[in-house]
Amino acid sequence: MNQKIAYLAGALLTAATLLPAQTLINGAGATFPAPMYTKWFSEYKKLHNDVQINYQSLGSGAGIKQVTEGTVDFGASDGPMNDMQIADFAAKQKTNILHFPTVMGAVVPVYNVPGVTATLNFTGPVLADIFLGKITKWSDPAIAKINAGTKLPDTDIVVVHRSDGSGTTYCFVDYLGKVSPDWKAKVGAPNTAVSWPVGLGAKGNDGVTGQVKQTANSLGYIELIYAVQNKIGYGAVQNASGKFVQGSLAGVTAAAAAQAKAMPEDFRVSITNATGPTVYPISTFTWLLIPADIKDPAKKAAIKGFLTWMLKDGQKMTEALDYAMLPKDVVAREEKAIAKIK
Amino acid sequence: MATPATTPVSQARVPARASAFSRLFSGDSITYAVVFLAALTILVITGMLVLQLWTNGALSREKFGLSFLFTSKWDPQGGDFGALPFIFGTVVTSMVSLIIAVPFGVGAAIFLAELASPKASDAMTFLIELLAAVPSVIFGLIGIFVMVPALNVIVPFLRSHFGTLGIFSGPFYGPSLFSASVVLAVMIAPFIISVSREVLLAVPRDLREAALALGATRWEATWQIVVPYAKTGIFGSVFLALARALGETMAVTMVVGNTPQIAKSLLAPGYSIAAVIANEFSEATGDLYTSALIELGLVLFGLTIILNGAARFLIAATSDRIKK
Amino acid sequence: MTGELSLRRKSVNLVMLGLTGLCTVVAVGLLFFVLGYLLYQGGSSLNLDFFTKLPVPTGEMGGGMANALIGSAKVLLLASVIGVPIGLLAGIYLAEWANPTYASVIRFVTDLLNGVPSIVIGIFAYSLTVLKAKHFSTYAGGLALSVMMIPIALRSTEEFLRAVPNSMREGAMALGATKSRTILTVVVPAAIRGLISGMMLNLARVSGETAPLLFTALNNQFWSPGWNQPTATLPVQIFTYAISPYDDLHRQAWAAGFMLLFFVLMINITARTLVSRGGTKAR
Repeated sequence: MNQKIAYLAGALLTAATLLPAQTLINGAGATFPAPMYTKWFSEYKKLHNDVQINYQSLGSGAGIKQVTEGTVDFGASDGPMNDMQIADFAAKQKTNILHFPTVMGAVVPVYNVPGVTATLNFTGPVLADIFLGKITKWSDPAIAKINAGTKLPDTDIVVVHRSDGSGTTYCFVDYLGKVSPDWKAKVGAPNTAVSWPVGLGAKGNDGVTGQVKQTANSLGYIELIYAVQNKIGYGAVQNASGKFVQGSLAGVTAAAAAQAKAMPEDFRVSITNATGPTVYPISTFTWLLIPADIKDPAKKAAIKGFLTWMLKDGQKMTEALDYAMLPKDVVAREEKAIAKIK
Repeated sequence: MATPATTPVSQARVPARASAFSRLFSGDSITYAVVFLAALTILVITGMLVLQLWTNGALSREKFGLSFLFTSKWDPQGGDFGALPFIFGTVVTSMVSLIIAVPFGVGAAIFLAELASPKASDAMTFLIELLAAVPSVIFGLIGIFVMVPALNVIVPFLRSHFGTLGIFSGPFYGPSLFSASVVLAVMIAPFIISVSREVLLAVPRDLREAALALGATRWEATWQIVVPYAKTGIFGSVFLALARALGETMAVTMVVGNTPQIAKSLLAPGYSIAAVIANEFSEATGDLYTSALIELGLVLFGLTIILNGAARFLIAATSDRIKK
Repeated sequence: MTGELSLRRKSVNLVMLGLTGLCTVVAVGLLFFVLGYLLYQGGSSLNLDFFTKLPVPTGEMGGGMANALIGSAKVLLLASVIGVPIGLLAGIYLAEWANPTYASVIRFVTDLLNGVPSIVIGIFAYSLTVLKAKHFSTYAGGLALSVMMIPIALRSTEEFLRAVPNSMREGAMALGATKSRTILTVVVPAAIRGLISGMMLNLARVSGETAPLLFTALNNQFWSPGWNQPTATLPVQIFTYAISPYDDLHRQAWAAGFMLLFFVLMINITARTLVSRGGTKAR
């Protein structure tokens, strides 16, 4: 009797711990594209049941760190790795890191002002001053001037920013640095984490979204899909041509098209504050960070297979989640770049 | 250790000196070896842990030295690390949680030990000890969705009655040092109650009875005789609770605001050592950053050792006194 | 003593009785509040999906925590298999063999280990296993939790074994049993209630630990086969979902919280009743 129980327990345990032969890949990184990536990996598994790609959205900073340490098979970030980080990776992993753009998205300013349902307008300098702590009230004349017709309360603005290393932050401060010399002087060059002069810190795009939702009179910055899925108001931002544009597929696509010529070979490019009447100024590519040398042949094949699928069928799924598709010439270049993964 | 009684029977069955071979491989030796190995494993694990913390924190220690503990700038990108905001947050949230939990915990302990009937006391203590078993992440869950919104209601009251020192000044967004302190207070109260109650129960009956015989009311006997006698033990329980509060990670991370700053107001967001490690460790790019976080961990560890040691000493001192 | 003085002292007595009683009622009330709120929020969110489905992509509704439930079970199993024997055997050593100096050294070191904040244990496990093996894993999580179980297992074992009267040991030895025989067949069975109770409380305590799992077991949207892959666990899912903005995930976090609390409290209640109902004294 006892033996039977032991066998049964052993069988159940084995069943719980083993599955048919699979290629298991682990990745970590940006929260910005998390809705897209988790959807992609889930769909990809349905098509190829033997490939399971587990993606953990811990933030771009964590993605860069973990892929550098080699504890995950790939990383993801909306802030491209800087030269120091690339050198660090080469030193630790004895190979190069490759950036593969996947989608483009918009970083939108979200707010929760009781009584205000209209779409608020922001300019770059106004946003910079709010995040610098220079503009402290919603009723400030600088905000009122660009929002004639909307009654704004005389309450303090609760600034919400990221507490973790974030590519979304990278894009946002990259933009602020371009439009506000004050910001550039006080806070410095764009990075995944900065010394914020004011505000509350929240973890991940989801953390900032949650914080803004729960806190009256708050203002934060998140990826467009998070604002849409959680039904919070997001503002329009004035682009380099003077028009107020809300984050959207069209605006992001226009931004990428404007900068397409400047795309370097390693795909690291900034598309913030691009010129053009329909451009959304706070747009960004987001990248998968993949080591050039993958030792495990099954993993290598799986990753290459996924990338190929992502560049064709995966791109068809982006618009449903408000991410913009990659420009065609970028896709063509990437397909060639896949060969670099040895 | 008791020595076996020697009788002719046992002498006949167990020869006084067995051969070396059988002594070496007797059940006793093997068992001894196994349990000794187990104990040794614990020493090895602890040694490895301390060694790891020490060596991995070395980079940061060498770069910043003692000023690490006193600098308040935490700038991962610039490579500048100062532990002060986290030490401040950890100490403040723990202290404030004690200020809230101790009067109410010791009060409950006094009631349970002295004033309640034994059956009711046992039943209620059982329930309070169950509260101690609730995981931290669940307190965090309740903290975010129930307690912080509830604090919005209490804050105006606090501002008007206690606002003199400026500790309740400034805007309140929800996540704050005060929110973390309240959640911590709820978490450590069961420890204070449980240990204080035990210490109070251990005070000899004669003292109580003598006081009562002299005409003291139950409260007077308790407050003026029993509690002072058990004072050291009660302090011990407070230190124990403090040690627990210092290391608390999840509940604090979820409600403290995650902002490395030193603010005058308790209503401002802050950070604690455990919370910053939990949030930033997996993304600490660069060896200096990781090393700084590990050094923070070592600082926290050091604080908890000192407090746990003090607690144990105080509780032992009380029980020694009671035994005399 | 004049009548007035008595009245003042009597009223002080009554007031303090009331106040301290209030403190106690609040303390007990807190437990019922926590339980009740979780039951209310979590109980209504528990459905079959919770137990059978995997998480869905970010932003979609639905899904469940089937993988987190299994993941937690695996991690706890590993933690117990490693932590309990070490703590138990070392506890036997302390109670039965050690001379006073060795004993105090081991006790001191164990207290040291016990005082390590759980997040620091997470760092330790990360440096030891994840960094060296180059991947997050279930066994790393199990290892981290086992380190937390060891000190408690040791303390409770020692305590319950010491509570067994020496007369039993002496009696067995007088009959010619060797020391290890005595321990195995006399002392341990006598203390078994307490030992089991201690292990159960230990398990309940680590089952709620989140911090050590954050950088060891990480998380997983899918099933985690074997022991070498990252896995979803209940406490980590509660944390992740609680800080997310999606209401559906909040609902699932409450459900998970309810399951976890139910598990922890059931074990606690069972363990304590085991000991209080006769046998060796609990404390």
